[in-house]
Amino acid sequence: MAGSSGTSPSGEDTFPKILLRNAKVFGSRTAFREKDYGIWQSWTWSEVCEEIRAFSIGLKSLGLEQGDKIAIVGANRPRLYWSMVAAQALGAVPVPVYSDSVAEEMAYVLGHAEVKFAVVEDQEQVDKLLSMSGEVPTLKDVIYDEIRGLRDYDHTHLHSYESVQDKGRALQAENGSLAGEWEKGFAGGKGSDIAVMLYTSGTTGRPKGVMLSFDNLAISARNANVFDHLDETEEVLAYLPMAWIGDHVFSLAQAFTAAYCVNCPEGMDTIDVDRREIAPTYFFAPPRVFETLLTQIMVRMEDAGKTKRAMFNYFMDVARKVGEKILNGETVAFKDKLLYKLGEFFVYGPLKNRMGLTRMKVGYTAGEAIGPEIFQFYRSLGLNLKQLYGQTEASVYITLQPDGEIFGDTVGKPAPDVELKIADNGEVMYRSPGVFVGYFKNDEATEKTKTPDGWVHTGDAGIIAENGHLKIIDRAKDVGKLNDGALFAPKYIENKLKFFPNIKEAVAFGHERDMVAVFLNIDLTAVGSWAERNNVNYASYQELAAHPDVYAMVESHVDQVNRDLSREPMMAGAQIKRFLILHKELDADDGELTRTQKVRRSFIAERYDPLIEALYDGSTSKHIRTEVTFEDGRKGAIEATVEIRDMETHDPGKGYQEAAE
Amino acid sequence: MNAFATDMTTAPDGSAEAAAREELLRVDNVSLSFGGVKAITDISFDILKGEIRAIIGPNGAGKTSMLNVINGFYHPQEGTITWQGKERRKMKPYEAASQGIARTFQNVALFKGMTTLDNIMSGRSLKMHRNFFWQLIWRGPAEAEEIEHRRKVEDIIDFLEIQAIRKTPVGRLPYGLQKRVELGRALAMEPDLLLLDEPMAGMNLEEKEDMSRFILDVNQEFGTTIALIEHDMGVVMDLSDRVVVLDYGKKIADGPPEDVQADQNVIDAYLGVSH
Repeated sequence: MAGSSGTSPSGEDTFPKILLRNAKVFGSRTAFREKDYGIWQSWTWSEVCEEIRAFSIGLKSLGLEQGDKIAIVGANRPRLYWSMVAAQALGAVPVPVYSDSVAEEMAYVLGHAEVKFAVVEDQEQVDKLLSMSGEVPTLKDVIYDEIRGLRDYDHTHLHSYESVQDKGRALQAENGSLAGEWEKGFAGGKGSDIAVMLYTSGTTGRPKGVMLSFDNLAISARNANVFDHLDETEEVLAYLPMAWIGDHVFSLAQAFTAAYCVNCPEGMDTIDVDRREIAPTYFFAPPRVFETLLTQIMVRMEDAGKTKRAMFNYFMDVARKVGEKILNGETVAFKDKLLYKLGEFFVYGPLKNRMGLTRMKVGYTAGEAIGPEIFQFYRSLGLNLKQLYGQTEASVYITLQPDGEIFGDTVGKPAPDVELKIADNGEVMYRSPGVFVGYFKNDEATEKTKTPDGWVHTGDAGIIAENGHLKIIDRAKDVGKLNDGALFAPKYIENKLKFFPNIKEAVAFGHERDMVAVFLNIDLTAVGSWAERNNVNYASYQELAAHPDVYAMVESHVDQVNRDLSREPMMAGAQIKRFLILHKELDADDGELTRTQKVRRSFIAERYDPLIEALYDGSTSKHIRTEVTFEDGRKGAIEATVEIRDMETHDPGKGYQEAAE
Repeated sequence: MNAFATDMTTAPDGSAEAAAREELLRVDNVSLSFGGVKAITDISFDILKGEIRAIIGPNGAGKTSMLNVINGFYHPQEGTITWQGKERRKMKPYEAASQGIARTFQNVALFKGMTTLDNIMSGRSLKMHRNFFWQLIWRGPAEAEEIEHRRKVEDIIDFLEIQAIRKTPVGRLPYGLQKRVELGRALAMEPDLLLLDEPMAGMNLEEKEDMSRFILDVNQEFGTTIALIEHDMGVVMDLSDRVVVLDYGKKIADGPPEDVQADQNVIDAYLGVSH
């Protein structure tokens, strides 16, 4: 891998080799911590090296060989991380599995991966593996960490973690040269060898086993460490599923390459306390976690005394005004700076301490879109929270937001060594050292995803803004084209509309048509309270939706969306030309939404075909009769004449181009 | 089938039959009365080492009185109690505690203002050997002792899965968790015999399932002998090795759950027959 910026000069290209380096260079630094017996138990790198060596030699004596697959099932525990490296030292491939996945899915993954061994957390996992032994004929031995409840099981093919380690230690004591032989065993390992297999929890079809090489992981990890200036002094909290690429990279690949410390919490429900105690310097969480934290704070503030609440509100206003600017290094008025300093002392500091983010240098969120106001809340407190865009197939990193270049609606610039391009159909493609080797036993899927010259289809449609930042707009398969060739990303437009509290649902049409037109649902709560304040009388959703004032209000929202779209060169061609407000709320009972409240586009298109026709034939109103199902199951029909409005479009900003280029 | 699976299915059953077990406690012809009210009349039964023994009966049957007799709170007017092979004299409840009998209460009896950790630690006070003077000086032997006890307590916290509420005052906890803390405090005494007075009273189904699991685990992991009073028949039948049935202070049945369930006297007592 000469020439790549990520290769370490001394040439440790596999994790077992990096482990030896860490034991030598950072031997007395803390490598792992786990909260047990109410206190943080810790292991230094040299201790970790000894633990892994003993377990690895023990595994070998049980019959684990090069190329064998070994399943890792359980919550984040140091021993499970060590098991992965112990297996890699023997040339075996660890396969971390989601411990909470249903038995059927787990059985498929373990069977498909042909695992021979499994290292699991406790009785629950042992029982699960027992129940699926018929589907996983290759499984030979199971090793568990926690003995509770397993004492009376037959231990012929079941081993405790300690017993395997003890065996390894006994063998070393018998034969002094064994440790050296163990090291020699992986000295010849190559960076191109498979390091790990991670199964993607594909939303459609069977999970696929993504094979990642040591180079994939180690180079990506080193790049990320350089990008965010991470070194051996960092502390991370390992609390996300071990089978997820994110955790594998943050808590193993980056931890080993940078030699920083990984902290395993006591349990799932103690994470908040554990995070406060550790105060991680590098922190990753899906948006959900940040949302929950914020809600908890807001709920507690509601209960707080008057003075405290007033102080909180005052300083949060200050933070909203100048916090992000200060974080981005922009200049602000002296008075504001002073107030912000005061706020740091009285509010932000204690708040960050409460959340366990006091020492956070860099934080990332990814996975789904984070609400802009939530994102801003954290940044205004002075927390360097950023977004990234990644995939299992990329060893996480595709794009990252660089410090000081944070835009709520983009996911950042290409990570180091990553090339990015947008395909003709709008799909985001990338090529990087982190690109996976292939899907295990699934060449067909590999060929579909990865081009022969190494570009990977992400399945997401996106655009690259002028500032070089990537913006994800939709799933690629949902993106269409207008008849004039302009890119049409329905979800992107719909989300922009739904951003207004008055608009509850939006369904955009435009693929293979002349223009974009939308159906809208107003939000009865938001518009209802507006109606109350403005003395607008209404008896039903239908009546309120058809009210001229409501139409006027919604029209202004649509106009705002068009203005936004016009500023984006790729999107300007897809401005909304006509819209109507539906006479009934879209409802899962009528099959218009899924049970998770997602719009069923094709069903709606069929059901409201007359309305769609009216949108495109130029008529200004249309009478429609719709059958509905009431909550008690009875059927009825509602009739209405729906008004259709035309919209002005705005001139596109400079640099307008058709999507097809 | 693979080797792993076939071998596992032949695993021996954890709860070996009680046949060869020795007697831990024996109650012979015990009677207890408060003034003219006869709470217990001429009751005899035994508790074997390592078993889960249930005491059941309708309201007012004398179950809690029986428990109070066992742990030395009440002194029976007649009859003898044999504890670990020795006939027991009149004694105070704390003596019972130091002899290895621990209990939980029908109504939670914890120190509400103290944390979970402190409550469970209080269960270890009988095992603290350093005197007040040493405790006051703290450094040295008392500290070492406390560390050792804390470790034991942490084992229990881990066992009962209450790490998240370690530092929470128990008064703020929901009822089901308070019950669990109370069990923890009893376990902290490392008792030979654990008396549970309606451990599932007032619990919802999920809490009951959890508690059942813990009771079984305590019995299997620590080998603790358990005597429990419980109203939920489903729980009793699933958990216990043997059941004693009381009615109006008299023993009306004794044996394995399935026998007791089929016993006509028991059915009459529960469904009600005119006396």
